[in-house]
Amino acid sequence: MTQTEFLNVVMPFKDKVFRLAKRLLVSTEEAEDATQEVLIKLWNNKKKIAEYKNVEAFSMTMTKNFCFDKLKSKQAQNLKIVHTNYEDKQTALQKQVELNDSVNWVSKIIEDLPELQKTIIQLRDIEEYDLDEISKMLDMNNTAVRVNLSRARKAIREKLTNTHNYGIK
Amino acid sequence: MVLNNIENLLEKYENGETSLKEEQLLKNYFAGDNVAPHLEMYKPMFGYFLVSKQEQFNKDIPFETETKATKRNFNYKWLSVAAVAVLMIGFYFGSGSLNNDDLGTYEDPEVALMELTKSLEMISQNFNKGVSTVNYLDELEKGKATLGYLNEIDNATGLIFKN
Repeated sequence: MTQTEFLNVVMPFKDKVFRLAKRLLVSTEEAEDATQEVLIKLWNNKKKIAEYKNVEAFSMTMTKNFCFDKLKSKQAQNLKIVHTNYEDKQTALQKQVELNDSVNWVSKIIEDLPELQKTIIQLRDIEEYDLDEISKMLDMNNTAVRVNLSRARKAIREKLTNTHNYGIK
Repeated sequence: MVLNNIENLLEKYENGETSLKEEQLLKNYFAGDNVAPHLEMYKPMFGYFLVSKQEQFNKDIPFETETKATKRNFNYKWLSVAAVAVLMIGFYFGSGSLNNDDLGTYEDPEVALMELTKSLEMISQNFNKGVSTVNYLDELEKGKATLGYLNEIDNATGLIFKN
């Protein structure tokens, strides 16, 4: 497999990998590193790629595992101090779509969710994967994914309602 | 879009029972302008989902560094193998020569004497060379003697400050 062939395989979902990594690791730089890492691992195993039934799902699983490991590792625990002061410098995207305050709220609310729920919300509501695909990616059964998804959605809605009413009442 | 329908969908959505198509309907509805006031708080949520989907990964994929890294790993592996081999060879041959206490001897006593005087002469020559350098230390003695004059000053000041 040549580099261009590999790129053709990887191109459609590299953004998804990046977004999932960013959802979990928060900082753009770390997410970029994680994405590169995942892609490098794929490239190293390029001979096996043909054997995988679904490279995309496999990569998403890899990304999830990589990010979870990173979060668990000591390095990430040190970085957490940075994360609390962390401000996303990439405002270009935000300006571009004129994100208002409440949209930022949503991002913060999702950030506060447990990692698994974060992952599922990312995969389902943002990347729009099928529930079966998600359950395969996360190696969970369908019902568990659904339950977690429902919990996450309810948590987001509840907090949003609170902040929404806060301004009015 | 019937409001009732949306509310039903929202309930299903929260239970995680909506299909992707139905969720697309919800997203479209909340992206529009005529959202019912009591559902207003959902707007940023679905808005955020659509916005986040646009973020892209723009960094290059570092093919080059990866190949270098694997090459280097490969080298390290063989380097350690080579080092172990060298050590083994070193021990094998080294231990052989270390056990060899026999340094050889001279058969003819006259030759032996000559060799001995030659080496002793060499030792004494080098020893003298060393001693001659140490002779320079005499200068120190000289200096010390000159410093003795300082005592004179001391005596003089003693005389002055006595009264």
